[in-house]
Formats: sequence, C-alpha cells, structure tokens
Amino acid sequence: MNAIAASLADSATMMRRNFRHTMRNPLTLLNAIIMPIFVMFLMVYVLGGAFSVGTDYVDYATPGMIIMTIGYGIGPTATGVNSDMTTGFINRLRVMDVSRAAVLNAHVIATMLRTLVAIAFIIGVAFLMGFSPSASFPEWLGAIGIVVLTVLAISWLTIAAGLAAKSPESAGILGVPLMLLPFLSSAFVPADKMGPGARQFAEYQPFTPIIETLRGFLTGTPSTGTALTAAAWCVGLALIGYLWARATFTKRA
Amino acid sequence: MNGSAIVASGLRKAYKDKIVLDGIDLDVQTGTIFALLGPNGAGKTTTVNVLTTLLAPDAGKVVVAGHDVATETKAVRAAIGVTGQFASVDDLLTGEENLLMMADLLHLPKAEGKRIADRLLDRFDLVEAASKPAASYSGGMRRKLDLAMTLVGDPQIIFLDEPTTGLDPRSRRTMWEIIRELVADGTTIFLTTQYLEEADELANRIAVLDQGRLVAEGTADELKRRVPGSHVRLRFTDRHELDVAARVLHESTRDDEELTLRVPGDGGVRSLRELLDRLDAQSIEVEELSVHTPDLDDVFLALTGHGNKEISAR
Repeated sequence: MNAIAASLADSATMMRRNFRHTMRNPLTLLNAIIMPIFVMFLMVYVLGGAFSVGTDYVDYATPGMIIMTIGYGIGPTATGVNSDMTTGFINRLRVMDVSRAAVLNAHVIATMLRTLVAIAFIIGVAFLMGFSPSASFPEWLGAIGIVVLTVLAISWLTIAAGLAAKSPESAGILGVPLMLLPFLSSAFVPADKMGPGARQFAEYQPFTPIIETLRGFLTGTPSTGTALTAAAWCVGLALIGYLWARATFTKRA
Repeated sequence: MNGSAIVASGLRKAYKDKIVLDGIDLDVQTGTIFALLGPNGAGKTTTVNVLTTLLAPDAGKVVVAGHDVATETKAVRAAIGVTGQFASVDDLLTGEENLLMMADLLHLPKAEGKRIADRLLDRFDLVEAASKPAASYSGGMRRKLDLAMTLVGDPQIIFLDEPTTGLDPRSRRTMWEIIRELVADGTTIFLTTQYLEEADELANRIAVLDQGRLVAEGTADELKRRVPGSHVRLRFTDRHELDVAARVLHESTRDDEELTLRVPGDGGVRSLRELLDRLDAQSIEVEELSVHTPDLDDVFLALTGHGNKEISAR
C-alpha cells in the first residue's frame, strides 16, 4: 500500500472511531444543541425586546447564535484529543506508524460535522421563531462558506490546544472563551452601542467581522471588505491551529 | 536464539537543565526478558520512549531489531509493540472494536483482523466482555486488552512500561503468566518496573536505573548478592534511648530524625530473641519493632547509598 492510500485508510479508521464516540456519548451533541437554543430564547424573548437594532431582533441575533453554537460544540473535541494524548493513545498510534495527518484530520472532520449538525438545528429553531432571511441562493452559499471556514479555524485551534493542555480538565475549559467572546462582539448588540473599551474590543476581535459577514449574506446585503477581513481571520487562525497542532503532536511523547 | 534485540549506547537526554538520562548502555538478547528497575522519576519511561522511536535522544545510538532507531524508524516500528504506563484503550469502544481498530490501522484484511481479534480475546479471557465498552472493564482487564492491542501486529520485541503498576495481586500474577508465554513463543520483552519482586519473577537480566544512570546490571541472583539481608527496625521514644541503644547495638545504623535503629540480621526467631535479650540486659525501652525483608528500598540503599524516596514516602 502506498503512503497516500495508507494515510487515507487510516483517516477512515480514525474517523469511524470519532463517529462512534459521538454516537455513544449523545450527550455531547445534545449539549451542543440545547445550550445555544436556551441562549437564543433568552436573547430573543427576554432581552431582545429592549434592544433597538433596526430590524426584527431574531433576524439580527441569528447570525451571532450560529457562530456562538460553535463554541458549545467543541468542548468534547478538546477533552477527547487531550485524553488521547495523556493516556498514551497517540503514542500507541505513533509507534504503529499511523500518520499524524490521519489522526488530526479525523478529529477535525468529526468536530466539523458535529458542529454543523448543531448549527443546522439552531437555524431550524430560528425559523420557528420567525427568522426570515432575505438571502439569494449565491448569498446562502456565501453564508455556508463563512460558517464552514469559521468552524474549520476553531476546530484546528481546539485540537492544538487540546494536544498542548496538561489535563482533560484544563482542556475542557478551553471552550469557555469561545462561548463568551460572541457576547463581546456585534452578535447581540451592534458594537457602536457598547461602552468605550468594550466597543473597541468588539470592533477588532475576529468574531465581529465573521458575524457581520454572515449577517450581510443572510440579510442580502453582503460587504466585500468585511467578508475579506472575516475570511483572512479564519484562514489565519486555521493556519496557526494547524501548525501548532502539528508541532505539538510531533514533540510531545 | 542468540544475538541482540536491543542495543543502546551512551544515551543522553535532558529537558532544559534537568538531566533525565545520563549515559545509558543496554544490551538485550533476543528471546529474553529484560527488566529496567527503578523508582518514579528515575528515567524509565524516557528510556522506553527513546528505544521505541517516540523521543530522539540528545546523544547516543540505539539499534532495535537490527535497525537504527534514528535513521530506520519505519523498520523499527514494524518490529516492535509498545504498551504504555497507562492502559491506552479506547473507553467508548468495546474490547473487540479496540482490537479491530488496531487490525485496521495495520491494514490487515478484514477477515484476518477478525480472526486475530477473536483469538486474542479468547487467549486473554475477554470473550464475555468482548462486546462491552472498555470503560466498564476492571484495571486488570484493561491492562490485558491494552496488551492484546499491542499483540495484534505480532511484534518481535515488546516494550511494557510498568505493566502491573496499580493491579491487584491476582491480576498481577495473570499478567506475569501472559508475559512468560510471550517469551516462550520467542518474543523479546523489555519491561520497566518499580517492583524488585516482579523483576525477580520474570527477568533474565535486570538493570537498576537511578537518576538517569544504570547503577547495576545482572541476573536477579547477582543483584541480590549485593543487597543486604533482612533487618530489624527499632523505634524509640526519645533521643536518649536511641543513644544508649546505638551504643549497645554497634552494628546498627541510626536515623536521628525518625528515632530509629536498623539492625542487620537473618530475620530468624533466634537472632530476634538474642537482640531482645541484649536490649533487656540494658533495660532499653523500645517503642516499636518491625522485621523487614529486602525490598527495592534496600536495593537502592545498597547500590546507590540513598533510599528510594518516592516509594518510602508512601
């Protein structure tokens, strides 16, 4: 078997393992779906009425909710990758000459699929709550594109951090900033309505251009500049995560 | 069978300014069990990681199964199997799925993988548990599954890093039997352990590792000759009693902090009675008395001049 075929076969084996993990531990998927839905109800029905955002609040908040859902979906990836590292499972694979790519790619793909399933649920709930996007077909493709790119970037960062963390417990905490950062972006309130300090932070953190891009696509008013900024953030973060994960995988025995 | 399965010379490894391996030389004959004995932190796991291609040494050369670890990594990996210090089984998969996953990663045909998995489950008495998730296994079962996963690839040389640490005595005996069977089939075993008893039971040759250096190497009998026999440990209530006793029992060694004396002896009833008579004759009050047979602590005391702190602290 040549190296590429072997690597593909190994990726498939590792992916089967990751899917089994999700299926046998459905709580991880349920948690990734229920928590964001809860936050969404809270924002739209309890707090949203108090914000004036110029449109229906559910239309305003849904793009932020979609991005926020990613943060709730990655916890199991961080702890899973970390326990593979700390229990010696990854060492076992390394001695068996299983390629680094196979192990890491399987984690990335499984995380992406799990997160995208959760996002699909959130979009479904948004529709039930009256979400009415005005995106054309190409704009829908653009929206899906930016979501997939964001999930990819966060997946790689999570895997790298999971590999580097000292214990599964500390790896588990890694998702928390990702759950909180959207609150400090334009996800639920436009940045220009925030107080000084918070406003500057919201304007320059990556979630704001990502959410603005998604919102632009979904409301049929995309802005090329913001979309490019968002894409650049995603590609940059994905690259950092990928290189970090690669280096940690090789170095940590 | 003859020839060397593992040859290491001049291995050195340091993490920042902490020296972990300080010039290790090893020669393990094919078809034998070699035990690396040492306390936690001696460098056992680091040695295993270097020998199994997981870690590059700062200096030194390693040849495993006739291949240089640094330049022929793939050939080395194809010949070895490693079972780490913690049972690295997948908790969410069943025992059988764990084994089949290994067969898939070795790119064995499906039918052959299934046959090997069935045989290993049967051999390690895991048939009943085969379709249960590994999370529900006892410590002994996890270790057995862990070793079975290593055996799917039929390695010539197996590295076992503390294979029985944390196991109950019965599971430990089972593991020992399995290891002996493997060697009977011609496999070479390199194992690390904290237990003198384990090395004694299993190994053809034992090397004692202390703070990154090999302080002794030989057969179990050779090492035991260098270890003092049993001793009696006496504890006193105060310093004065200790002083008096130490004067009477001049062959003993004292520990002022613990208020104890260590009196060498053969562990027999007669010598114990004589010892008590000598203490009585001087009306020395002994707070506590215990008889010790040689253990890893004694090996270390004898070979290195210092105790095995990690273990004696427990």
